[in-house]
Amino acid sequence: MSKAKLHAPLIKLRQRFRSFLDRNRKKAFAYPYIIWMALFVIIPILLVMVYAFTKAGIGFTLENFSGINVYAPVFGRSLWLAFLATIICLLIGYPTALAISRTSARTQRIVLMMLMLPMWINFLLRTYAWMSLLENTGLINRFFGAIGVFELVNSIGESLSASWTPIDHFQMINTGGAVVLGMVYNYLPFMILPIHSVIIKIDPFVIEAAQDLGASGKTVFRKVIFPLSLSGVISGVTMVFVPSVSTFVISKLLGGGTDMLLGDLIEMQFLGAAYNPHLGSAISLIMMIIVVVCMSIMNKFGEGEETAVVM
Amino acid sequence: MKKNKCSGKLLMLLTFVFLYLPIAVLIVFSFNDSKSRTVWSGFTLNWYKELFSDRMIIQSLEITLLVSVLASLIAVVVGTFAAIGFFNMKKKWRSPLLTINNIPAVNADIITGVSLSLLFVSAGAVMGFDLGFGTLLIAHISFNIPYVILSVMPKLYQLDPNLSEAAQDLGCTWFQTIYKVILPEIMPGIVNGLLIAFTMSVDDFVISYFTAGSSVQTLSMAIYAMTRRRISPKINAISTLLFAVVLVLLIVVNVRQAQQSKAEEKKQKALRGQRAVSI
Repeated sequence: MSKAKLHAPLIKLRQRFRSFLDRNRKKAFAYPYIIWMALFVIIPILLVMVYAFTKAGIGFTLENFSGINVYAPVFGRSLWLAFLATIICLLIGYPTALAISRTSARTQRIVLMMLMLPMWINFLLRTYAWMSLLENTGLINRFFGAIGVFELVNSIGESLSASWTPIDHFQMINTGGAVVLGMVYNYLPFMILPIHSVIIKIDPFVIEAAQDLGASGKTVFRKVIFPLSLSGVISGVTMVFVPSVSTFVISKLLGGGTDMLLGDLIEMQFLGAAYNPHLGSAISLIMMIIVVVCMSIMNKFGEGEETAVVM
Repeated sequence: MKKNKCSGKLLMLLTFVFLYLPIAVLIVFSFNDSKSRTVWSGFTLNWYKELFSDRMIIQSLEITLLVSVLASLIAVVVGTFAAIGFFNMKKKWRSPLLTINNIPAVNADIITGVSLSLLFVSAGAVMGFDLGFGTLLIAHISFNIPYVILSVMPKLYQLDPNLSEAAQDLGCTWFQTIYKVILPEIMPGIVNGLLIAFTMSVDDFVISYFTAGSSVQTLSMAIYAMTRRRISPKINAISTLLFAVVLVLLIVVNVRQAQQSKAEEKKQKALRGQRAVSI
C-alpha cells in the first residue's frame, strides 16, 4: 500500500473533524460555563431539595414539611410586607419613570446615574442610616419635637380624653412600617429602571397616532403607554418582590428582629442558634415555589394584557 | 401638559430627596465629633484617621476589593465566551441553558447563598476544606456570570450576521474573526457586564455571608457584625469615601459618554445628509 493511500482516509477524517470543529468551536465556548452551571447552580439546588426531604440519621422523611405550619404567620407576614413594598414601589416608581422619560436625553442620563449612585453605598449602610432617622430619639422625632408637633398632638389628645398620656415621640422604628420603608427605599431603583427602559423604547409615533385618532391624554396612557410598558412593570415587580420577601437584614435592623420574616427564619436554620439545615432547606424550597408561582401568575397576566392590546 | 411636566419634575425631586436623605445623614455624621448618630456635636476628621488605623476594616476592604476584582474579571471572560457559545447554539439548546443561567439572577439571594453553602459544606466534609476565600470567590463568580451574559447577549443579537462571514471571506481565521471583529463589536456589552458584576460583588452581603465562613470577612460582613453591636462612625467615614470615589468615577464616565454620543450624533447627521443627497 502506498503512503498516500494510507493517508487518504486519515486526511479525510481530519477534514471532517475540522469542519465538525468549525461548526462546534463557537458552541464549545459555552462548555466550561455549562459545567460551571451544573456544579454551582444545579447541584446546589438539588442539594436543597435533598436536604428538605431528609433528616440526619433517618433518611427520607416529610417531617420537615409537616411541622412547617407553625411558621404560617411568618410566611403570611413576609408575603404581606413584601406585597405592600412592591405596591408602594410601583405607585412611586411608575410615575417617576414616566416623568424621567419625558425629560431631555441629557437630563435622563444624569437622572439615571443619580438613581444608581445610592446602590453603590453598601445597602447595610443605607438601611442603617434609616435607623438614625427613625429612632425614638432620632432625627425625624427631633425635628417633630423642634417644630412643636408633639405639643400640638398632646393638646388635641387632652382635649379629647382626660386619660391621654402625653407623647414625646412617634414609634417608628421596630414596626412593620419601618420594614416596608426599608424595602421601598432599597429596591425602588429596581422598579424605576426597568419601567423607564421600556417606556423610552415606545415609538413616539404610536402615541402620536393615538392622539391623532382622538384619544385624550388619559386614554393614551391607559390604552397605549401602560399596556406597552407592562413588561417593564413585570420585571420591576419581580426585582422588588423577590428580595423583599426574602430579606433578613432589613427586618433585623429596622424591625428590631422581633417580628420574624422568612429570611430571618432561614438564616436562623443555617447560621443561627437553631441550626437545622434540613428545616431551613424545606422553608427555602417552599419560598422558591411561592416566588415561582407568583411570577408565573404575573407573567400570565402580562401576556393576557398584551394580546388584548393586539386585538 | 405644562402642569403635568411640573408635577413630574416635583415627583422626581421628591424621589431623589427620599433616596439621598439617609445618605446625606450618613455623610454628615461621619464628621461628627461624638459617637452619637443623631446629635451633632462639632466637626472632626477623627473618624477618618481612626478608619485607616483599624486593621479589621482595612482588611475587610481589601478582601472585598480582591474578591470583586477577581470575580468580575473571571466572570467577564467565562461569561463572554459562554454568551458567544450560547448564541451559536440551536434554540432548542439555547433556551433551557439561558433559563438555567437566569436562576441565580432571579432567585432570592438567600436561596443562592444557602444552596451554595450546602454544597461547599458537604463537599468540604468529603474533600477536607473549609469555607473561606476560595468558596467566597466561587460564589461571587457564580452570581456574576449571569449578569455578564445578560448584558453581552443583546449585543450579539444586534451584530450583523454577515459581519463574521465577511471577515472570513477576507481571510480571517475563525479565531481572528472573534478576536478582531466580534469582540470589538460587543465590547460595550462586555464593559457593561464587567461594571455590573463588579458592583454586584462589592454590594453583596447575603451570599458572602453564607459562603465565606468565619475566617474571611468582606466589608459588608464587617458592617453587619458592627450593626449587631453599635456602629462606629468609622463606617460612616468609609462609606463617605466610597461614595466620593464612585461619584467622581460616574461623573468622568458621564462626561465621556456625553462626548461620545455628541460625536455619534454628528456622524449620524452627516450620514443622513449624505443619504438625502444621494436620494
